[in-house]
Amino acid sequence: MAQVKYNYPDERGHFGPYGGRFVAETLMAPIEELTAAYHEAMADEDFLREFDYELKHYVGRPSPLYLAERWSNEIGGARIYLKREDLNHTGAHKINNTVGQALLARRMGKSRVIAETGAGQHGVASATVAARFGMQCVVYMGQEDIERQAINVFRMKLLGAEVVPVTAGSKTLKDALNEALRDWVTNVDNTFYIIGTVAGPHPYPAMVRDFQAVIGREAKSQMQEMTGQQPDALVACVGGGSNAIGLFYPFIDDEQVALYGVEAAGHGLKSGEHAAPLCAGKPGVLHGNRTYLMEDSDGQIIHTHSISAGLDYPGVGPEHAWLKDSGRANYVAVNDEEAMQAFHDLTRIEGIIPALESSHALAYAAKLAATMDKEKTIVVNLSGRGDKDIHTVAQREGITL
Amino acid sequence: MSRIAERFTSLREQGKKALIPYLTAGDPQADATVPLMHAMVKAGADIIELGVPFSDPMAEGPVIQRAMERALQHHVSLSQVIDMVAEFRKQDTTTPVLLMGYLNPVEIMGYETFVQRATQAGVDGVLLVDLPPEEAEDLLSHARQNGLDTVFLVSPTTTQDRIKRLSAASSGFVYYVSLKGVTGAGHLDVGEVLKRVGQIKAETELPVGVGFGIRDAESARRIAEVADAVVVGSALVRLVEANLTSPQQAAQAVADLISSMRKEMDAISPRSAAKMHNL
Repeated sequence: MAQVKYNYPDERGHFGPYGGRFVAETLMAPIEELTAAYHEAMADEDFLREFDYELKHYVGRPSPLYLAERWSNEIGGARIYLKREDLNHTGAHKINNTVGQALLARRMGKSRVIAETGAGQHGVASATVAARFGMQCVVYMGQEDIERQAINVFRMKLLGAEVVPVTAGSKTLKDALNEALRDWVTNVDNTFYIIGTVAGPHPYPAMVRDFQAVIGREAKSQMQEMTGQQPDALVACVGGGSNAIGLFYPFIDDEQVALYGVEAAGHGLKSGEHAAPLCAGKPGVLHGNRTYLMEDSDGQIIHTHSISAGLDYPGVGPEHAWLKDSGRANYVAVNDEEAMQAFHDLTRIEGIIPALESSHALAYAAKLAATMDKEKTIVVNLSGRGDKDIHTVAQREGITL
Repeated sequence: MSRIAERFTSLREQGKKALIPYLTAGDPQADATVPLMHAMVKAGADIIELGVPFSDPMAEGPVIQRAMERALQHHVSLSQVIDMVAEFRKQDTTTPVLLMGYLNPVEIMGYETFVQRATQAGVDGVLLVDLPPEEAEDLLSHARQNGLDTVFLVSPTTTQDRIKRLSAASSGFVYYVSLKGVTGAGHLDVGEVLKRVGQIKAETELPVGVGFGIRDAESARRIAEVADAVVVGSALVRLVEANLTSPQQAAQAVADLISSMRKEMDAISPRSAAKMHNL
């Protein structure tokens, strides 16, 4: 049988029935302008060379692939390799995308960038590149998140960004995204909206994926070099899903590599207090694309919960929705407690403090590894470092710092 | 002919412009809506634009966002909004009602069910802010079959090519958003509006309504001089918000503003109205 290569999205940004462009008319023109600029840039060798240069010298790529030998031995199953995105500048995979979009903004002559942020990681990564390229930067952040993430708020301010509190709705990430869209609609002439994940109207899901795919390309060649073969499984956490797509995408046509996206089960899928639209939601339209959502029977978006602010989002990138329906990737969920356990295990056994987001991927990888032979291998995307989370962990465990 | 088209034809014969007030259904509570709609008609509204509450209203400014939050505190759903229109129709069978909202509640109800239930209840048209014509095939086909008008927005950033496409997908009227930004923001540039209305009229025979940024009798008159319909939203919702404890006072304040706009708009000489129609 002839191999049909994976070729999504289509011209209008659809991944099967998902994706697309569901935005107010005022945004159609800037989105079309952005699409044209993005296609041009991706075909321009100078642009790609510049992007690579920044990734190498500013971000610090390639990020290492690390065999977590002691942890793998303890689990007693497949060997677990960690893709160390936590070692990037600013401490997470987010910077890969913000460097790409900032270069694109500069190419388009936009002097002002805006971003939404939940935990503050994407906000920090956006403020960082805005400083690096001399652009004005405004970051929208829910009032609740501002209170929970005081250190990242201060980091953004140090970097010269203006942090605007969002008090509408649930005062969290989804509301910050609404507010950023409102800013964009008002300031379309000089403003570039840096979306932090593989969601939003086309071309964002494809564009952010393309900027993050460096993760999977590196992992592929590093695995070849270290083990002489490709991994049996990939595991990554999924909030919006950018670190997962970044790792998965270069492997999608390698069907012998199993793909696992791990959502946040919060207090448990049955409790209703979680952030797992792929595992427990249904399709709908939000923030410019059709995808799986956490919504009620009237189509209102509902409150989500996760111990990890970066996974606390009611939607998910449309490409994940399609990979789920097509059966190419598996989506599972890990609750707060399991993620905490993985956080502690990796910290104590490997001396690596993972982000709580990444801890969800680690928790599932540990379960999966236990069911696999010792000759098998798993690559986990260690998408960020956990320094930002130590207050959350301490508070949960009743420790006053 | 749809109720919306009939209304525009009859206004044109009288040399008048349409006044389209907006209210958010269920703001501040469900039983306030139908009486407020009747009060609007009595004060001079030609078409009612009824906002369907949504948890994430991306194109709304703070005033309408808060109205939607108030309605959602009582879980006012699309289904209930349709029932409100049926209730309104018991006393008023002539004033067109346009539902304005976001796609997701419609998507969850299902396009076919939505269109059937809405038309049976006496809804005349629908405007979904985040549904561009490129993604609207399903909705359009059900709407056409059932005689539900579909209104699309044209914005200051819309290209002439897209104006053509949006006009082709529209029925009832075309809605020009008079400024870049969210509802309730900014200042009107009447000259720019005149120019853009002309560009839309070059593509379609449909009437053109203008909204965003119209807040008093004076701005309503200035827009009525250059367009077929004036849409007023946040200015009215603000009055509801200022009278949360008294629905009667809210209705009175809303009626007073609508009456004053009506009076100013009707004071435009028939000659300038006719000039406009020949654009």
